[in-house]
Amino acid sequence: MLISILFYVFATVLVGAALGVILARNAVHSAMFLVLAFFNSAALWLLLEAEFLAIVLVLVYVGAVMVLFLFVVMMLDINVAQLREGFIRHAPLAALIAFIMVAQIAYVIWIRHLGLPIDLAAPVTPPDQSNTASLGLVLYTQYAYPFELAAVVLLIAIVAAIVLTMRRRPGHKYQDIAAQVAVRKSDRLRGVHVEPEPRP
Amino acid sequence: MNIGLPHFLLLAGILFSISVAGIFLNRKNVILLLMCIELMLLAVNFNFVAFSHYLGDLSGQVFVFFILTVAAAEAAIGLAILVVLFRERRTIDVEDLDTMRG
Repeated sequence: MLISILFYVFATVLVGAALGVILARNAVHSAMFLVLAFFNSAALWLLLEAEFLAIVLVLVYVGAVMVLFLFVVMMLDINVAQLREGFIRHAPLAALIAFIMVAQIAYVIWIRHLGLPIDLAAPVTPPDQSNTASLGLVLYTQYAYPFELAAVVLLIAIVAAIVLTMRRRPGHKYQDIAAQVAVRKSDRLRGVHVEPEPRP
Repeated sequence: MNIGLPHFLLLAGILFSISVAGIFLNRKNVILLLMCIELMLLAVNFNFVAFSHYLGDLSGQVFVFFILTVAAAEAAIGLAILVVLFRERRTIDVEDLDTMRG
């Protein structure tokens, strides 16, 4: 009973936040609504006993990705009014498509409901083990190679983001560290033979 | 009534439909398009976590882990491209980005 109440509360706030993301007038408000949606999703994942992923969602998404979004939104000087023209014109079509999709999904999984389980088949994690431990046991044995590929994907993302946004501004003075390190004594020092002056 | 798999699947479906509608509504603003894609990936992750819980298989949660990784990489690269684009063109309107005459 308590779980039902929690599910409906979090699901309602989640759907409301998702509507806020797409309808908000300001991109900063959209980003804040998206943060709210991620928090509610994390709560719902806790109800599904996926504790590790719930915390990862909060840490990675709210902590890193959404902060990045907010940085970019505030960094770019965007003309909001110009970007929102056509909003009203597309609204009926968007609502119609969303309604059709929801109706189809609801028909398949709610009315026909295909023998989808209401009750648990078996608990995912053994009672004497935490969710994080059992996820780690699978991740580092059965999915070891995909795990390393995920690390490579993140490395590519780091390199790509740095390379894309790096630029040389004309008129700025930079240190060339390689040239500084590779300098030799003969480049800087010149020996001059000076005749001593005769003592008067 | 107990909360079962259909409840979570329907919630994920609603979330996905809302983000599809968001792509239609905000089709000129690239930042909002990226946010709608994040919302879509969240809906997909919801399905994975719900199936993992109700079918008793941990692989679904491993898949969510990988999707989160790829989504974070996608957001970082997408926003980097966006910053470069804004620096070059001073706009993020999709309809102004017609250099390739597509």
